[in-house]
Amino acid sequence: MKTLFNRRGALARMGAVLAGVLALPVARTAKAAVQNFFTSSGAPKGYDPTEHKWLICLDATKCIGCGLCAEACKKENDVPMGPYYRTWVERYIITKPKPGSAETRGETLVDSPEGGMHGFPECPVPPDQIEQSFFVPKLCNLCEHPPCVQVCPVGATFKAPDGAVLIDKNYCIGCAFCVQACPYGARFLSPVTHTAEKCTLCYHRTTRGLKPACVEICPAEARIFGDLKNLAPDDPLRKFYESNRTQVLKPHLGTGPRVLYAGLDEEVR
Amino acid sequence: MTTELTNSVAEAIPTFQGYVYPNEATLHPVWSTLIVIYPYITGLVAGAFIMASLVRVFNVKALAPVYRLSMLTAFAFLLCAPLPLLFHLGHPERNYEIMMTPHLTSPMAVFGFVYAWYLMAVLLLELWFDFRQDLVKWSEVTSGFQGVLYRALTLGVTDVSEQSVRLDMKMEWILSIVGIPSAFLLHGYVGFIFGSIKANPWWGNVLMPIMFILSAIVSGIALCVFNYLVLTWIRRKTVDMRCLDTMAMFLFYALVVDAVVETLDVLHRGFAAEEGFAVLQTMIREKLFYTLNLGQVIIGTLVPLLLLGSLQLLRRRVPELVRRRMIFGSGAMILIGVLAMRWNVVMGGQFFSKSLRGVMSYKMEFAGQEGWLISAVIMCLPFVILTVLVKLFLSERLPSSEPPAHGSSAA
Repeated sequence: MKTLFNRRGALARMGAVLAGVLALPVARTAKAAVQNFFTSSGAPKGYDPTEHKWLICLDATKCIGCGLCAEACKKENDVPMGPYYRTWVERYIITKPKPGSAETRGETLVDSPEGGMHGFPECPVPPDQIEQSFFVPKLCNLCEHPPCVQVCPVGATFKAPDGAVLIDKNYCIGCAFCVQACPYGARFLSPVTHTAEKCTLCYHRTTRGLKPACVEICPAEARIFGDLKNLAPDDPLRKFYESNRTQVLKPHLGTGPRVLYAGLDEEVR
Repeated sequence: MTTELTNSVAEAIPTFQGYVYPNEATLHPVWSTLIVIYPYITGLVAGAFIMASLVRVFNVKALAPVYRLSMLTAFAFLLCAPLPLLFHLGHPERNYEIMMTPHLTSPMAVFGFVYAWYLMAVLLLELWFDFRQDLVKWSEVTSGFQGVLYRALTLGVTDVSEQSVRLDMKMEWILSIVGIPSAFLLHGYVGFIFGSIKANPWWGNVLMPIMFILSAIVSGIALCVFNYLVLTWIRRKTVDMRCLDTMAMFLFYALVVDAVVETLDVLHRGFAAEEGFAVLQTMIREKLFYTLNLGQVIIGTLVPLLLLGSLQLLRRRVPELVRRRMIFGSGAMILIGVLAMRWNVVMGGQFFSKSLRGVMSYKMEFAGQEGWLISAVIMCLPFVILTVLVKLFLSERLPSSEPPAHGSSAA
């Protein structure tokens, strides 16, 4: 009777496993090289996306609503004027409940005039009627399972190994399916290129060791950016997620955002 | 400069109430009238094909007089189905990328293949097998361009022996059987394009593909009723009442099933009342009031249900002329109602912000890429194509051009 296990078979199997293991890094390098060749990501030569994992944390309790981030982003990335934003700031005003209403809070008013780029107008509610008021910075949520990538018919938008969700504008057909699929309103169709556009994490900067423009300019340090694969012991990113209870936007959609918030209110969507 | 202009225009017209994400505050939604007629046209294709397959697969002999007309209708509309998609693209010249480098998790990418399969492997083949025998006959009796065309379309297969004709019929039957799931796939996929968007509570719904398929069947049969009556009227022929009554019967039952499923969807949404229900209520009460309540529910469903339903009960007592008018009216109203349904789905999903805190207004433009003119032109195109097809392949001057599908073509 033929035995299931013999020496030759076992050696062949082990050899196959070894070959597979050895082939992995080669395949990975080849994949990265192919991606590098076919996409116009703005990364410098020699940048290896597999060696980084970018993360953005936002401290909503620190944001002062100055809107410099939105303005810096527009300038840095040449974002078209008009209702097109890669990042913006929302203002939430929650009023006090009406006396005797048995509610904990009143109405919630939200606004973001010009993405908060030039600050905010005077509060429409008298101060004594405000229960809470706060600002929330928004941007692409760097989803682990991005619905925008899932629906792109040609694969022009993709998740880079370093966590950035990018678009190849020379390849995008401008169908706007991704704009519809993004739950966070982080994408738009550029009136200039007629292709989809979004936050690239300032890929041209971050791949050269710089911070994204919005993080760089934030005077309140409400935006924290870092590389999870290369964390320093006293990295502000580490400090942030160790000392805060964090939350993501619309967790029920299962998109797995990699933009973490501290101090988020239930009204924020 | 252009962007500054866009900017000033966009900010001059307040197009929203409440809070909408800054990127959503554009002049018009990213998908407009073109994407409304895209599922409308594909639905008509799928429905007309299902109608035709009632003859082939389910052997409903009474419908034989409209078999070829419904197949040609499906073909004419299928040729135009990708046009709205193509014209709405920011870069139409890159459209081939959908087929060359498809991203297989995308419903839109797979639609390209489903479309190609349906056109090449189902409709064209079935039409060819059905018409081949007649094409051979016609090429012998007609001369000039038409004769050459008929000869070319036989593809050189001029064998009309009994054995060969039997093979044609068998192939047609097989193709019809393959065609039914293909038609479901074609339009189910269109429903999935919307149903798969979980970011949008108006769209993200498992019932969406099913509702799309059912409404497609309804609209397709209604279109066949419409085309048949218009054609007989133009040709001053008498209407085959048995055929028309049978179409009306199928139309009625399809409409019942469709109405039940759509009502189930509404009831479920109301009962579950999930996050965003308030904004959906605003849509029904304000933004989609006329197109939903009047267009989709009253004109598109209730009145035709009443008319066709009463015909099922009182068919023998209603005089022929009245019956014809009632069926024609129902068909036309259903066609309007299903168009309203597509509008409600496509535009409805974009009238509210994904922040669920605000709604957008929309004023249709006339010209330009997002204008309704181009949609109207695309909507007329299949009728023009169908007229040419009918003149070529359903001409009264040709021998045996309208054979009852099973019986006489074999004889």
